[in-house]
Amino acid sequence: MLSYLLRKLLLSIPVLFGVTVIVFAIAHAMPGDAVLAMITAEAPSSEALIAMRRGELGLDQPLYIQYLNWIGQILHGNLGRSFVNGRSVGEIIGERLPMTLELMGVALLVAFIIGTTLGVISALRQYRLTDYSLTLGGFVGVSIPDFFMGLLLVYVFALELRWLPSSGISTAGDNFSLLDNLRHLILPAAALALFRAAIFMRYARAGMLDVLNQDYMRTAKAKGLRPSTITLRHGLRNALIPLVTVFGLALPTLFGGSVVIETIFQWPGIGLMFIDAVVNRDSPVIMDYVLITAIIVMLANLATDLAYSVLDPRVNYD
Amino acid sequence: MTGLDVLAGRKPTAAPGQGPVLDVQGLSVEFGPKGRSVYAVNDVSFQLAEGESLAIVGESGSGKSVTVQTLMGLIRKPPGRVTAGRALYRGHDLLAVPDSELRHIRGRDIAMIFQDPMSSLNPVLTVGLQLTEALCEHQGLSQAQAERQALDMLDLVGIANAPQRMRAFPHQFSGGQLQRIGIAMALVCKPSILIADEPTTALDVTIQAQIVELVARLQKQLGMAIIWISHDLSLVAGFVDRVAVMYAGSIVECAPVDELFSATTHPYTIGLLNSIPSLTAANTRLVPIKGAPPNVTLAPTFCAFAPRCGYAEARCREAKPPLETVGGGHTTACWRWRQMEHLPRPQAAAPGMTRAAAPKQEPLLVVSDLKVHFPIRRGVLRRQVGAVHAVDGVSFEVLRGETLALVGESGCGKSTTGRAVLGLERPSAGSILFEGRDYAGATGEQLKQRQRAMQMVFQNPFGSLNPRMTVGRIIGEGLRAQKIGTRATRDARVSELLALVGLREALRNRYPFELSGGQRQRVGIARALAANPKFIIADEPISALDVSIQAQIVNLLDDLKARLGLTYLFIGHDLSMIRYLSDRVAVMYLGRIVEIGTTVAVFGSPLHPYTRALLSAIPVPDPKAGGTRRRIVLGGAVPDPSKPPPGCHFHPRCPMASDICTKVEPQVRDFGSPVSGQHLVACHHAGEATL
Ligand code: SF4
Ligand code: SF4
Repeated sequence: MLSYLLRKLLLSIPVLFGVTVIVFAIAHAMPGDAVLAMITAEAPSSEALIAMRRGELGLDQPLYIQYLNWIGQILHGNLGRSFVNGRSVGEIIGERLPMTLELMGVALLVAFIIGTTLGVISALRQYRLTDYSLTLGGFVGVSIPDFFMGLLLVYVFALELRWLPSSGISTAGDNFSLLDNLRHLILPAAALALFRAAIFMRYARAGMLDVLNQDYMRTAKAKGLRPSTITLRHGLRNALIPLVTVFGLALPTLFGGSVVIETIFQWPGIGLMFIDAVVNRDSPVIMDYVLITAIIVMLANLATDLAYSVLDPRVNYD
Repeated sequence: MTGLDVLAGRKPTAAPGQGPVLDVQGLSVEFGPKGRSVYAVNDVSFQLAEGESLAIVGESGSGKSVTVQTLMGLIRKPPGRVTAGRALYRGHDLLAVPDSELRHIRGRDIAMIFQDPMSSLNPVLTVGLQLTEALCEHQGLSQAQAERQALDMLDLVGIANAPQRMRAFPHQFSGGQLQRIGIAMALVCKPSILIADEPTTALDVTIQAQIVELVARLQKQLGMAIIWISHDLSLVAGFVDRVAVMYAGSIVECAPVDELFSATTHPYTIGLLNSIPSLTAANTRLVPIKGAPPNVTLAPTFCAFAPRCGYAEARCREAKPPLETVGGGHTTACWRWRQMEHLPRPQAAAPGMTRAAAPKQEPLLVVSDLKVHFPIRRGVLRRQVGAVHAVDGVSFEVLRGETLALVGESGCGKSTTGRAVLGLERPSAGSILFEGRDYAGATGEQLKQRQRAMQMVFQNPFGSLNPRMTVGRIIGEGLRAQKIGTRATRDARVSELLALVGLREALRNRYPFELSGGQRQRVGIARALAANPKFIIADEPISALDVSIQAQIVNLLDDLKARLGLTYLFIGHDLSMIRYLSDRVAVMYLGRIVEIGTTVAVFGSPLHPYTRALLSAIPVPDPKAGGTRRRIVLGGAVPDPSKPPPGCHFHPRCPMASDICTKVEPQVRDFGSPVSGQHLVACHHAGEATL
């Protein structure tokens, strides 16, 4: 087990290096740069001024030097400074990452619980009305993109019904309170969760149907166990195993989704930070964002593998 | 009905005046929507006395499993429907009570063990939990109390080291051990009826013998009644009181076991007994039941066996014969049972052509010291830490025109050997010469040549046929791929092949799912023959088929060999079938050949203790032989081939093992004579009488 984890970690090092090269290339292939992006905001500047600002930011050096500088910094644990406001990127991310994790964590958890429960119910009621309606609902769920779901929720619950706030993490002017924060969380988390719940439901239904046909379910029934024991202890435990993979795969798409949703709801997480950085051509922030998400996704994959070995005693990594 | 009433009374183990523990009356079960029903069980009645053991025997589709699963409330409804009947367990109708009540009878009073122990246990729960949950459920025991009882039960079924094993998961056990645990699981609540649904079909012969012995012992100890479902008449002959034979959803004959074998009245039972291979009979031809398994989508208004019955008359196709009493608890459902005694019994059809010419003394295939090792890799750097010695130094020859059978239990390396010969597996050492040439490293035209000359017939005829191709295309596929002949000649060749394997030309445009198992295997054989090979490797070609169909395929293979001058390497585990088609036999154990000789020599005077045990583990279709025949029941299971025991691989299970066996690997010695031919045995004590 330990040696498996070590091997996986070792293997992820070259992958992460690949990621740095790609993200660096993309960040620098974008038209314009941070200096040009700022010019519109500042007074019209002379060529000399632009060159000077570029020199300050190190943008006048050859690309490979810029890349090596960046990597060198990162290896020292220093994520660099934002071109736009000069703050340390590490600090910005440290401030904003918890917001994103709160949003994503709640969305994923809710999606998993709702999706799995409905999927299991749907499987137990196969070919009945409940099953058909849930399947139809799930179909609708996976067909609605995150941004549209976000806008729809804002329109209905914030603008029309006025039940819930439509942006930010707390009501401006009030003192921060958890309850207020959670009220703000509901809409963006729901926007992210619904699509994923539909996916979890789909897989949970398929997994449960598969399990229901297994011989050991018949054995459990032949023992005269309660139907609930049969379903939960013997069925669900096994049906959950393939869902772990779905869970692991949901994470990367969740980062993508949170960029959109954070923008719509002005949720000050790293997704919003990323969009701002793209607008300002703030390449250190862009590159660090991608790197951090890549690391998180990788760790999540490791966690998925671990979860496998916990849920399924047959899995033996070595 | 009346006949069955008589039965209940004559049962010796039943206490006087006691009613049957289970009384099934007129049970009928259909599947699927009305109008397009599958008639799975038709008007089945039987009684089971306290402590009695009843076997229900039938081939696939006979409804034997559906019958007992219906009693347990295990069939899915829909699509299943009970259309008639009652099933009284001590006066409660199992079919009428709601599932919430039936649940309390299931597992506590009537328990069940299943066919495949691997898949019938939950892979993610510990064995301990699975053993105790029924106790906690039915008897309200605490976990600790339940655990104590489970431990006793594990001891009873012979699981060593029970306290530790309780925390293990199913995949950490061998198949035989798992079936013991399945039995323990069924018996923890001390049920009064145990239903065993083909519990040994998925196991090796030596393990099967262990399980049968165990269940027979437990029945005496616990005094329960048993319903044993099986496709194998000879297996149940040894230990049950009564046998019910089912065909197409109906009981066709039911009798005390001795009487069923000695005074058989139903043509189907006669056919079944005839198609069972014997270890001693002199004839070398099996007598199969002609035709294919029954069509259960037709309403049961006639004798379902009529299309295959040699005695069928007009009335057999018009009305279904009732179950009539022959006498002495013997019932039968055949219009002509009274005449059956005087009618001639079916004879073996004459072989299609003359017998195969005696094998030439010229080897077609020479395998020397073949080793196939699969590396085991571990650690951060995936270093090789060991190897599974799947095939570990195997040498044999196959002469032109002969059939060599490779036999052994699962994991002995017989299939890997076959795959290596075919070039699907790279040997780690040793050589394989085909027609005097070593094809290792051969490429292009040479390989194609060998492919043409050497073909394989697979075990699972369904899995090995492309479901989206018609039979004609499947058979012609190889010819097309190798660009042999023109379209027209290939078409003609397919027709010829269909006729050769006994399939109607009309089947050419069918798809595999429309065929029966036996027909599919014929297609598999036709495909292998398409390019006129010299050599056929048949990997367990009959083990997925019903007994009556197995005999057909064995006879077909035999005929083809004679007609086409083929040479076979036949891989199998069923020694009794192998006797009918092989010239020589090689017995494998844990990657090595332990005994090889002519079929007559190996079956007549087996010299290796393992061969003797294998032969004695084969059930004989004769209830009387059970007592007189010496059975050697081997303990334990085949060891892990990555850690074979030192010295003789067989010593941990060998009843004759001595000191030297644990240290020194036995040399191969020839015990043959000019008459009996070469007879090689690898055993220090080969041929010694003490066993
Ligand atoms: S009833 Fe007729 S067809 Fe059926 S088994 Fe008897 S003789 Fe054969
Ligand atoms: S060598 Fe010894 S252990 Fe091996 S089979 Fe012979 S007697 Fe048994």
